[in-house]
Amino acid sequence: MTTSWAMKRGVGVTSILFWIVLALLPLIGFVSESSSFDYYMFMGQSMLIYAIAVLGLNLLIGFNGQISLGHSAFFALGAYTAAILMNFGGWPYWATLPIAAVVCFAAGLLFGFPALKLEGHYLALATFTLAIAVPQLLKYKAIAGWTGGVGGVLLDKPDPPEWTRLSPDQWLYYVCLAAAILLFWVVFNLLRSRNGRALMAVRDHSMAASTMGIDLARYKTIAFGISAGITGVAGGLSAITVAYVAPDSFTLQLSISFLVGLVVGGIASLPGCLVGGVFIVLVQNSAQSISDWMKATFALRYDVPAWAIYGVLLLLLMYFLPAGIAGGFAQARTWWTMRGRRGRQQ
Amino acid sequence: MTRLTRRTVLSGAATLLAAPAIAGGKYSPGASDTEIKIGQTMPYSGNASAYGANGRAHAAYFRMINEQGGINGRKINFISLDDGYSPPKTVELARQLVERDQVLFLFAPLGTQCNTAIQKYMNQKKVPQLFVATGASKWGDPAHFPWTMGWQPDYRTEGMIYAKHIKQTVKNPKIAILRQNDDMGNDYVGGFREQIAAFKDTIGADAIVIEATYEVTDPTVDSQILQLKNSGANVFYNVTTPKFAAQAIKKAAEIGWKPAQYLVNVSASVGAVLRPAGLENAQGIITAQYIKDVTDPHWADAADFKEWKAWMDKYNSTANPSESANVTGYAVAFTVAQVLKRCGDDLTRENVMRQAASMHDLEVPMLLPGIKLNTSATDFYPIESVRLSHVEGEHWTLFGDLVSRDAA
Amino acid sequence: MEFFLQQFAAGLTSGAIYACVALGLVMIYVSTDHINFAQGEMAMFATYLAWAMIDAGLPYWVAFGLTVLVAFAGGFAIQRVILKPLERAPVLALVVSFIALLSIFNAVAGMIWSYTIKQFPSPFPSRDLFGNGLVSVQQLGVVGVTLVMLGLLTAFFRFTTLGLAMRAAAQNADSARLMGVRVSWMLALGWGLAAAIGAIAGMLVAPIVFLDPNMMTGILVYGFAGALVGGIGNPMGAVAGGFIVGVLENLVGSYVIGNELKLTFALIIVIGVLLLKPAGLFGRVIVKRV
Repeated sequence: MTTSWAMKRGVGVTSILFWIVLALLPLIGFVSESSSFDYYMFMGQSMLIYAIAVLGLNLLIGFNGQISLGHSAFFALGAYTAAILMNFGGWPYWATLPIAAVVCFAAGLLFGFPALKLEGHYLALATFTLAIAVPQLLKYKAIAGWTGGVGGVLLDKPDPPEWTRLSPDQWLYYVCLAAAILLFWVVFNLLRSRNGRALMAVRDHSMAASTMGIDLARYKTIAFGISAGITGVAGGLSAITVAYVAPDSFTLQLSISFLVGLVVGGIASLPGCLVGGVFIVLVQNSAQSISDWMKATFALRYDVPAWAIYGVLLLLLMYFLPAGIAGGFAQARTWWTMRGRRGRQQ
Repeated sequence: MTRLTRRTVLSGAATLLAAPAIAGGKYSPGASDTEIKIGQTMPYSGNASAYGANGRAHAAYFRMINEQGGINGRKINFISLDDGYSPPKTVELARQLVERDQVLFLFAPLGTQCNTAIQKYMNQKKVPQLFVATGASKWGDPAHFPWTMGWQPDYRTEGMIYAKHIKQTVKNPKIAILRQNDDMGNDYVGGFREQIAAFKDTIGADAIVIEATYEVTDPTVDSQILQLKNSGANVFYNVTTPKFAAQAIKKAAEIGWKPAQYLVNVSASVGAVLRPAGLENAQGIITAQYIKDVTDPHWADAADFKEWKAWMDKYNSTANPSESANVTGYAVAFTVAQVLKRCGDDLTRENVMRQAASMHDLEVPMLLPGIKLNTSATDFYPIESVRLSHVEGEHWTLFGDLVSRDAA
Repeated sequence: MEFFLQQFAAGLTSGAIYACVALGLVMIYVSTDHINFAQGEMAMFATYLAWAMIDAGLPYWVAFGLTVLVAFAGGFAIQRVILKPLERAPVLALVVSFIALLSIFNAVAGMIWSYTIKQFPSPFPSRDLFGNGLVSVQQLGVVGVTLVMLGLLTAFFRFTTLGLAMRAAAQNADSARLMGVRVSWMLALGWGLAAAIGAIAGMLVAPIVFLDPNMMTGILVYGFAGALVGGIGNPMGAVAGGFIVGVLENLVGSYVIGNELKLTFALIIVIGVLLLKPAGLFGRVIVKRV
């Protein structure tokens, strides 16, 4: 798999430039007359949030080789942690995020222990069941006082500090961006460290890794914990930006969305996580336009449902671009440079 | 967004040239001399995709309106988007519709959680969230949310009406409840329990002997029905969606449990519930209705039924005719068309809300005879009365008078 | 006591449903070494086909037979066309493909047949057997068919060369290939059989739970639990596991945790079994050779 970028010395100029561009985007709002600018900022928040969730999942699936279909559960846990702290504890929104991370890290560790014994399909199965059971758990009456039961918890959207003169959506975009930069940076460094190489060794050659003295159990559970913690932060951010949490937001479909984002962006690719986040938001919105287009073009009697389009897309990706969009780019670039080199040698 | 702006400008210019007749209209974003833009969120995919039939019915109704020349000469541009029944997605799409697509208002977005997620936003933006497609009781609160209005009779009131009927007709009621574990179930049972508690002097404080819940993912409710029967109850309050309603009625008959049965309106369909459950098992079941059950041959000769049928055949032919969504969808789309008609050339958001809040005895096709829509600046519950009916032979038979919210 | 017996009987019926589904899962697992997340949706889709045939006027048993055949062909085709290119792909790619199939079948069924429930005829009368509401002929029929299928499958795997070849292909593809087994065809055969079993399960389940596109979602989870309890490589164990889960679910739901945590209970079973007895109650422990 593509690990080449992780072997690079440091953060590339391209990626620093890229993040700077992302940070400059909200400033367009000061010169734009468009009334829908705040809406685009909100979409930006969603994309960043999904990118973080996909990052968490990628750490587990892409870099550590453990499959999870249950990350909607950790996303939900993060969201509810943030919501409950804000609603009952009166916490400021930003302070809830580290707690969400810690709570989800702990939950991930706990789930990581049984996951240890499970490989491949079995792990997928256990996490699949987790994803199905979560909405029911959130509604359970013993905790309904905190979770709001089926009604969920309504929150207030935070106001930006006055000195920034930003709109709430611009401000929240920056909050999401800051979280994203921090988490991507953490994961980036983690992967290049000794521990990171161990994580990937566990994925690629678990038996060889264990003979080398790598404690498989420890690395696998910790990977699960960190992955869940990152996804939990995404959940917390989602609670803050949407200002509402409810059981119907955290179904198996959400897990599948993460998986789609991961596969589309590229397994074991950090830039791919961002691509995946953007993709989830855009495609969910455009699946319907694809459907409308198909209906009109082929004169269908029925609407082609969005999830069928999702499914077909997944299959096609598995055939033609198994390394995702980011992987496809990397391949194209390698092919290009190789061609250049060969040209020079001749 | 530039594309939209340009289109708006162009269409505005075109009207100036072509149709100066309706000049001088007052408009909010989304309305013009030629067009009224309406937005909607609807679960076309995901767990609740069954409800997508509502949105398709609305779209079919507006197609008919447009073919007949639109409303006061303006075509309806109806943008219905798929939120997959996920509240965060609803928020995103509502913002897209309001901020980017610039709709005049949102019409009948579906789902209690989804509407809750956008209620604050819609009211801050002062964009009508009109005739939301959920029966929760919280939508008629003009003091706090003057831009949000429901349409159908709310579940709480319906629950109260059953409680009253039980008190009047059943001696020493011992009540068993089967409830879907969601907000619909909560509201139905909440109103019901409240009313039963108010009657504690006449029917005792412990009239409700058992309440069992189920999830929509449960394969069957057999186990729950056994629990209910075992409680020795003589009244069965069946708060379920169609599939489970049919299972429950069938199972109760199979195990020989014969309580007085109350079935919530959500599942009061001959075609989708009673026939699958077996009509012989369903005799005597009581429900509260406000729309005509089209699977009930009783209405075959009614004028509005014939009109509805013609509309179904021409504009909504891919839909399953026995789904009640096609009836409620038709009726609520009719209602909004009436509101827009009465807005005349003043298509501002304020006026849309004002007209919606001043309906007086509006008669809507496919509602039961005698049910009329009334609203005022303080009354945001358009349909407030229902009629009790019970299963007799192969259809519902209405009995008793209109029961209304105030009376309950 | 009567209540207990009734719950027990109801549990056996749902158990039979889970057992059917579990049998299909085991079938794919034994013959391809995969866990098929789309098993439930495939069964649901096949049941709709049967419904459409019956609706068009075919007699029940003709439709039943045709559906089993079509399902077999469909499963076979899915393996040959969709999964063949992924035969050597990593597990993740397969899981993703199964999830994709799940989405497609569910969405397409909803598109064609809508989400309104449909009544599906049962070959068995729903008459009471002893007149005390304990067991109906239909419940007994479901249990009976499940056991017959189990018997046929066990015999097939144990006593036929084809069955042996299929098991070999799944467990050690390379050696099987050396022995002259056409591995790829065996996998397709496994998918075909699993789809056929799924179709039968669907047609047994539909009269009880009513036919709708989401009919199998919940059942699949319990089916997984059943297959795991019994040992996912063992048809006999899977059927026993299905029954155990069905009965436990009802009893635990009625007496211990209430109805609100049934799915959580399934989750606990799945994780518990995987942790404590990964091979299931009746499975053999497979030692990994290094």
